Amino acid sequence: MITGTDLVKRGMAEMQKGGVIMDVVNAEQAKIAEEAGAVAVMALERVPSDIRAAGGVARMADPRIIEAVMGAVSIPVMAKGRIGHIVEARILEAMGVDYIDESEVLTPADEEYHLNKRDYTVPFVCGCRDLGEAARRIGEGASMLRTKGEPGTGNIVEAVRHIRKVNAQVRKVVGMNEDELMTEAKLLGAPYELLLEIKRLGRLPVVNFAAGGVATPADAALMMELGADGVFVGSGIFKSENPAKFARAIVEATTHFQDYKLIAELSKDLGTPMKGIEISSLAPEARMQDRGW
Amino acid sequence: MIRIGVLALQGAVREHMRSLEACGVEAVAIKRKEELNEVDGLILPGGESTAMRRLIDKYDFMETLKDFARVGKPMFGTCAGLILLAKELEGHSEPHIGVMDIKVERNSFGRQVDSFEADLAIKDVADSFPAVFIRAPHIVEAGENVEILSKHNDRIVAAREGQFLGCSFHPELTDNHRLTAYFVDMVKEAKAKHLV
Repeated sequence: MITGTDLVKRGMAEMQKGGVIMDVVNAEQAKIAEEAGAVAVMALERVPSDIRAAGGVARMADPRIIEAVMGAVSIPVMAKGRIGHIVEARILEAMGVDYIDESEVLTPADEEYHLNKRDYTVPFVCGCRDLGEAARRIGEGASMLRTKGEPGTGNIVEAVRHIRKVNAQVRKVVGMNEDELMTEAKLLGAPYELLLEIKRLGRLPVVNFAAGGVATPADAALMMELGADGVFVGSGIFKSENPAKFARAIVEATTHFQDYKLIAELSKDLGTPMKGIEISSLAPEARMQDRGW
Repeated sequence: MIRIGVLALQGAVREHMRSLEACGVEAVAIKRKEELNEVDGLILPGGESTAMRRLIDKYDFMETLKDFARVGKPMFGTCAGLILLAKELEGHSEPHIGVMDIKVERNSFGRQVDSFEADLAIKDVADSFPAVFIRAPHIVEAGENVEILSKHNDRIVAAREGQFLGCSFHPELTDNHRLTAYFVDMVKEAKAKHLV
């Protein structure tokens, strides 16, 4: 009997496919998310849009909040640690969190190195904007990926850019001759063996969710249409007027992402979604997606 | 041609379809209840049982699933699917589909850090089967007509009751298709009986 194997860590993410993972900041929100059909919750001190508004250094949440969320629901609980922060990750692992997000939403603790995620029994999810970044994270031991998008903006444009890019680059690798892959690995900054594996499988070896800017049921369905395995919703739900209704609508739109009549129905009278931010209005230092290397 | 459905509301649908295809049968992703009429057997995949249940209710699947069981068509639940099949759930007053005479406890091996791989002996299937347990449930009690197929550390992790097959682990995550093949045989037998 062995714990913490690739199969067990990656398999956990496979079970989340076709589902929605929701950001929550307390037990009450976690219950609303579970009741709405979320496949997991991400326990946070603040949702990304509030992190953005607050400024300063964003860190791992107070363990008390994470504990309260873990006690409130039976679905898996994820939590975010800072990029490269070995001890935050170890604390989350020791608490029994089901998945750790080594996340650019928090202020990085290390501007050169990500965590060696193979060292941990708990699985990790990491953000990516292209196949090079995705492959480096998998190389370090990430068991699940998500697009970075631009968190806390309610603007889907960056998540669309990232999922299209990753998938186009995967298709390119799959179509290449094996003797071209070493140069492609060099150009992407990706581990060569991983490109061989992607070519053999015809896809990424881990699940890839969409994240960073999903604000409506139609946004969630769009990301599924573009090939995401599932959706993370951060600020979108609990920053909307009617979170429970909104959460249910996002879950259904994700499951039935090609049933447009249904999405039309469940998009009715949802109230005002989060306001949203035009990406070009963000100062360079406010762009969370540029964190990570 | 044998056609087997995989309930495709959420979870490890692709892996089960791949495993069915490797066993030489047609795999059908079931998103709407009407599609259940077109298949001879059904796999309830791993995923999040609470999320699946919500979608089952939302799309009015429950009665159709119960009818599917009533006419004798085989059903195979893995992990969350096992929870959906059970007549009794530890700590809950109501079951989900509730057709297999077993009592199941959810997340009974602990949280994700306790998830594990183990080799199992499964009666009529394999002496050594690679089983992947992810936040897995287990069968606490089994009725008298339930045949216990496998145990891990004294806990029942695979069982069969006539047309129903259930396991705690994820046979779909490895390249060993023998448990899927066992279910395919159940479906073939049920279909042959129905035609006679």
